[in-house]
Amino acid sequence: MISSSMIFAYFITFLAIYIQVFFLVTFLERKREIIRREKEIELKDYPVVTVIAPCWNEEKTLAKTADSLLKLNYPREKLQIILVDDGSTDRTYELMQEYANYPNVEVYKKENGGKHTAVNFGLEKARGDFVGCLDTDSFVHPEALKRIITYFDNPEVMAVAPSIIIHEPKNLIQYAQKAEYEMAVYIKKMLGFLGAIHVTPGPFSIFRKEVFDKLGNYRQAHNTEDMEIAYRMQSNGYRIEQCNDAYVYTVAPGTIKGLFKQRLRWIYGFLNNTLDYKHVLFRPKYGNFALFTIPAGIISISAALYLFAGSIGNIFNRGMEKFTQARAVGLDFGFNFPSLSWFYIDTGVSVILIIILFSLLIVSMILGSRMANGRVKLSVNILYFIGIYSFIAPFWLIKAVYNTAISKKPSWR
Amino acid sequence: MIDWKKYILVFFITLALFLSAFYLSDFLGNKKIEDVKSIQDKVATDILSSETKFALLEELSCKDVDNTFLSEELGDLAGKIEYGEQNISGSKDEILSLKRYYSLLEIKDYLLMKRVRERCGLKSIFVLYFYSDKEKCDDCEKQGYVLTALREKYPEFRVYSFDYNIDLSAVRALISIYKIKGDELPALVINRKVYEGFQSVEDVEKILPDLLKLKKAEEPQKEE
Repeated sequence: MISSSMIFAYFITFLAIYIQVFFLVTFLERKREIIRREKEIELKDYPVVTVIAPCWNEEKTLAKTADSLLKLNYPREKLQIILVDDGSTDRTYELMQEYANYPNVEVYKKENGGKHTAVNFGLEKARGDFVGCLDTDSFVHPEALKRIITYFDNPEVMAVAPSIIIHEPKNLIQYAQKAEYEMAVYIKKMLGFLGAIHVTPGPFSIFRKEVFDKLGNYRQAHNTEDMEIAYRMQSNGYRIEQCNDAYVYTVAPGTIKGLFKQRLRWIYGFLNNTLDYKHVLFRPKYGNFALFTIPAGIISISAALYLFAGSIGNIFNRGMEKFTQARAVGLDFGFNFPSLSWFYIDTGVSVILIIILFSLLIVSMILGSRMANGRVKLSVNILYFIGIYSFIAPFWLIKAVYNTAISKKPSWR
Repeated sequence: MIDWKKYILVFFITLALFLSAFYLSDFLGNKKIEDVKSIQDKVATDILSSETKFALLEELSCKDVDNTFLSEELGDLAGKIEYGEQNISGSKDEILSLKRYYSLLEIKDYLLMKRVRERCGLKSIFVLYFYSDKEKCDDCEKQGYVLTALREKYPEFRVYSFDYNIDLSAVRALISIYKIKGDELPALVINRKVYEGFQSVEDVEKILPDLLKLKKAEEPQKEE
């Protein structure tokens, strides 16, 4: 007899595998269109682009971000750089002055109001036909902007997201994120093909200025303004692409606590923006975004939580067995080697399905690594990712769901 | 704009993966059952061969009797059947029939070993253990751990365990011989006497002072 919890487990696993197969089929269909440019390219036409860097207490990273913008291989007279100090309490504004002398750099200071207010402030000053933003924990590859601009040859494309790469990972947590971000390059590219991208990341997504003119500026949006603008664009039928060879390097949180806070904000943002835009869910007129991306996000969260609950259940049962044994014959600290016979390897359906799911995830990571680095590499980072995220991701997922239920907003930092 | 065909294609690919998982699991489950069957066949042949040898050579020299034969294979078999009961889904009937056969082999081994002990004066100690996994029997799991611990401590201590609810006339006969009651499990039969309820390691050692002697007899050997 199959119990109802078993049916639910199969259902959720089926959907989780469906998502990965969907990506894989999209990849096989469109892989010829994925280009990776190694060399400098020339554009027929260089439109004016404005890049806004909102800063709040970024004295340590400002220079690297600003320098990378100045080193962009793009005509200076066509590139307007706006540095906005969002009421920092450290030396950020003082350091910004060093850039004020560049003819294409403008420096502003405003009262603290949150990242979206700083970007909106910059948008008011923007002269470009294209605008973008660069978070001050990130810096760009010199060719990134030109590569992104080529995507706008298609007049339907309204925004282009870059490939975000972890800069010089130093510890296991950062190596794990490196694998995750590489997988995201692949997933984002596939979502781009499907016209279903749900976030235009703060680090260097470039928009046609008319997006903001027609749809309005950034909103606070549960501290995930870069997600909300993508939801708003999708709900208005605006196309977002992903440029896999436009690299933006970002400094990943190096501690569990830092990672937890960041992810809590992202997942909370996803859940709440989804609630705000629930009217688009499953409505075919909003395309794959409504039918695939958002449901896939919800299913992934549910599947991760379900797997976690299952593992906790298993650990609890093992603990109870040990407890009974201890009550019967006392504590046995000796370690019994598990039998080497294949007979005792679990060959149940759920185990095989989980192996299939993880294999598909690993394929995603390998394809992502190939798109980001140009070569297929089975990196040990994948193991760090699976190891670390299996243990801690459920906690930020649970907290994000809980906070959403009680309407508690997580902080930025 | 929406490629419905792709949604359907992906559905069928996922379904195919799913069905393959079910097929593979079933295939491997059957392989495991075959594995159990082949061990069981070997044990059955071994018992039959021992019985025959015993019948042929009434005056068999006791030196030739290996008093530990079968026990390891029976133990391996018991472990695999127990694991199979819990983990191989979809083959419940087959597992159950293997379990019946296993119980029968246990009884045969028990009868043979008893005769060997009487003839050759072996020190082996036999315990019949009745448990239940159908009705709630919290102490059965505990009792299992105690018997395992005793077996590890005293190699001459041999346990024959029987599921009280198994549908096998030979086991039902044992149950009626010793008048085991279903609501007083776990039950141990030691030297023809029935002990109902949970018995700790110490309780069993008290019931069987011979056990301690066995241990003592072994200790000097170890030191040599």
